[in-house]
Amino acid sequence: MRILKVKIQDDVLAGLIEIKSRVLDVGCGDGNLLLYLKKNKRIDGRGLEINQKNVQECLGKGLAVIEGDAEKDLINYPNGSFDIAILNQAIQQFYEPRKVLNELLRIAHKAIITIPNFGYWKVRLNLLLTGTMPVTKTLPHSWYDTPNLHMSSIKDFYNLCNLDNIKVIKSISISSNKISDITSNNLEIKNLVSELGVFVVSK
Amino acid sequence: MNLDYNKINKITINKPLKLDCGVILDKFDIAYETYGKLDESKSNAILVFHALSGDQFVTGINKVTGREGWWNYVVGPNLPIDTEKYFIICANVIGGCMGSSGPKEINPKTNKPYGLDFPVITIKDMVSAQVHLLDFLGVKKTLCVLGGSMGGMQALQFCSLFPDRTFSAVPIACAASHSAQNIAFNELARQAIMADPNWDSGNYFLNGKIPRNGLAVARMAGHISYLSEQGLQNKFGRKLQEGEGLNFSFDADFQVESYLKYQGYAFVDRFDANSYLYITRAMDYFDLYKLNDGNLSKAFKDTKVKFCIISFSTDWLYPTQESKKIVIALNSIGAQVSFVNIITNNGHDSFLVEEPEFFQTLKGFLDSTYEDFKSENSR
Repeated sequence: MRILKVKIQDDVLAGLIEIKSRVLDVGCGDGNLLLYLKKNKRIDGRGLEINQKNVQECLGKGLAVIEGDAEKDLINYPNGSFDIAILNQAIQQFYEPRKVLNELLRIAHKAIITIPNFGYWKVRLNLLLTGTMPVTKTLPHSWYDTPNLHMSSIKDFYNLCNLDNIKVIKSISISSNKISDITSNNLEIKNLVSELGVFVVSK
Repeated sequence: MNLDYNKINKITINKPLKLDCGVILDKFDIAYETYGKLDESKSNAILVFHALSGDQFVTGINKVTGREGWWNYVVGPNLPIDTEKYFIICANVIGGCMGSSGPKEINPKTNKPYGLDFPVITIKDMVSAQVHLLDFLGVKKTLCVLGGSMGGMQALQFCSLFPDRTFSAVPIACAASHSAQNIAFNELARQAIMADPNWDSGNYFLNGKIPRNGLAVARMAGHISYLSEQGLQNKFGRKLQEGEGLNFSFDADFQVESYLKYQGYAFVDRFDANSYLYITRAMDYFDLYKLNDGNLSKAFKDTKVKFCIISFSTDWLYPTQESKKIVIALNSIGAQVSFVNIITNNGHDSFLVEEPEFFQTLKGFLDSTYEDFKSENSR
């Protein structure tokens, strides 16, 4: 199951991808991002998607997409077979997000990971004021029916990268329509004001 | 049943065909049908491969039997394989019994049917023969080669042998090699035929007696393997024929029994027993792993073909896992491969029946691939 993803402008992600790259979009949904990248960046794209309806939509768009579960199926992808792997707002839904992250960096030279930021001030305030699990625009589910098993903040993700010796090549904060860079100097404040974090990482 | 074999279209290929068994056929016949029209840029040809019990009459009315084509649900106007849009070609496999060279046809050396003198053929031989039909029809490169079951095996074999002759492929409900269970089922079928006294070591055509019982049992065994346990249960359960309780005899008490008998004996009218032996053997010998030193990826090295692999959740003859192995092999060499596993109760036969999710997958893939192929051809 996938939650409704918050729309990140395709061009933000496209801006992080080089022309003619080999791209694997894990949890590619209806394939619109892959299609956008195919048209605008002439990528050689592949998708992995758990929902069959979505896979069918992808096939109708001429995309090469495999119906499967990233947690079980990434193991079948050879080392370094992609330039870049994309995991858009899905890492929090895996049983073992750390393992998936490391798998992606085995398969691809770089990965783009986007996360809904649990450190966002509205999320923090929601918990503080209501005393119940936050339900916000980016996190629309109640605790009992959420597909999000492992929520993290931007800072949490940074810490995991440090722990696993993963290099953060670039990170971007997205809040409403504002896009800005995250650096080690502004991490605390960006962790507070970002709805979403976009990370380009490598090993 | 009146069978009218005079209406079969066929071509004779006057080129030698070297078979896997070592025998060379100096010339051979291919019986075929086409549906729709080849477009100007020759971008819309689809080669359909039929399965064990199929033939070239994919859709419409079978000119020989007068019955409906075997893929009427899938091929036709506005259907997933749209005859208004695509040019569909289907040939009877060699070794078959609908007009292509096979054990039922006349051996020019003896002026009698070949019977068991016909050489044992393989999936590779079937595919190698059909390429000549594409040449004859002026199709250099098909938009797609596809088929279910043995048709899927032919599609895989075609892509491995002739990677430049198709833009895409849809192997459906198949495997890259026959499992022990697959071989066992086929052996059961062959033994049933050979145990029929009328079979007469394959010479039944000499005295006009047909091994009906043997072939019917063979077909019944096959039929069980094409359906899922749940599908069979839902359709028949323990329902009785007359609804009046058990007869305490060995006549067909249960509906499932009479269904099987019907399927078995209806088949006898249109299919040749020796052909059944040859074709099941070809399937048993199929092993793309072995042909490639155990590495299936090697079969498709550097392939540009776009693949869409489709499996069915309750297919226990060619289970989803077998399709996944093909997907993994293709994926690991960076091939363009898509995969869908259709959830259904219809077992292996799912590709032959009304199965909306399957239809949508197939149509979406074909239509988008057609656009890509057209734009490639117009460059």
